[in-house]
Amino acid sequence: MKTTAPESQILDSLTLQELCRFCRAEESWVVELVQQGVLEPEGTGAASWRFHGLSITRAKKARRLSCDLGINAAGVALVLDLLEQREHLLRRLGRYENL
Amino acid sequence: MEFKDYYQALELEKDAGSEEIKRAYRRLARQFHPDINASPEAETRFRAITEAYEVLKDPERRAAYDRLWNQQQQSSGGAFTPPPGWQQGFSFTSGGTDRGEVFSDFFETLFRRPSPFAKARHERSSSQHARIRIDIPDAYTGGSRVLTLQTPVAAEDGTVQLKSRDIPVYIPKGIVEGQHIRLPGQGPQSPGGGPPGDLLLEVFFAPHPVYRADGKDLYLDLPLAPWEAALGGKIRMPAPVGSLAVKVPPNARNGQILRLKGKGLPGSPSGDIYATLKIVNPKVTTDAARRLFEQMAREIQFNPRASIGG
Repeated sequence: MKTTAPESQILDSLTLQELCRFCRAEESWVVELVQQGVLEPEGTGAASWRFHGLSITRAKKARRLSCDLGINAAGVALVLDLLEQREHLLRRLGRYENL
Repeated sequence: MEFKDYYQALELEKDAGSEEIKRAYRRLARQFHPDINASPEAETRFRAITEAYEVLKDPERRAAYDRLWNQQQQSSGGAFTPPPGWQQGFSFTSGGTDRGEVFSDFFETLFRRPSPFAKARHERSSSQHARIRIDIPDAYTGGSRVLTLQTPVAAEDGTVQLKSRDIPVYIPKGIVEGQHIRLPGQGPQSPGGGPPGDLLLEVFFAPHPVYRADGKDLYLDLPLAPWEAALGGKIRMPAPVGSLAVKVPPNARNGQILRLKGKGLPGSPSGDIYATLKIVNPKVTTDAARRLFEQMAREIQFNPRASIGG
């Protein structure tokens, strides 16, 4: 098969600035999500933060929820935790229903 | 074009107050937000709710819409054409919403019109995000795929159109759900004429008839004949690509899980396959088969209900 787009790559991580641009958000908004434990970047200070796949997905989802539903950072954190719990339970349920 | 009943979309009476409209929108938005509600109709419904709210929350837009609504009630239904001069006397600011998305024809034609600000509103940031659906076998081997992306584009006259674009994507081997693929230079053109940004694709897996994925690990139910379970031995089972030899231990139990190390999605380390054994009885249709089961019933001392006191 002809490889038409050899330039695609698995994205390793984004910096704080890249994540802000990607989510169209202020830095302070991302920092608050980190403080709430929603995002878990690698690195010690904001300048060296690297956000990986799951954090990117969560940041994007958090942005949609806060813009669309007017939820603040603490609320977004709670919603995401509950959604993940629900996801986990649905997966387990799916396994049992298949037996 | 089709007339949109925005009051119906928000489950409101025509005389609803502005607080009531806001409440209805908030309630329905929470219920149908695509990040919260996984049902397939949620996204369409959420868009309809948002569209309705964009019009009804603005008193000027609402007044103009109400005039159309009243006329629509008196007409016999069918296709809708706005009467000439329908927005006379109202000074709502057309030209866009707070969110850069495309709504129904009805909305786009009536409430989004050319304005000096329209263009600026639809400038995009320098990277774009989309989701890509991948089949588990493609993640197993890597492969090429064409992704069709619909992007809202502001035309010369300021109206917004959906433009579709085909992008070839190479799927890296061993990618898992939740990871992102970056396509450098495939993002939107930057408004200032600079180089285009990156396109980021979030990966999710299409449901597979046999396998379920969790990270790099794959799960499946593996049916066995009673004698395969009792005697053990080698069997073949379907892999995401091709097939695999599996060694079943003698006296395998129903629900027992076999781990095939390193046979999951490739990587370093590779994931595993977890096969849950499921013993399936053959349907007895021939005399020979009946005789074999009768022989087992006579000769094998077995009480399947011993553990429940039967």
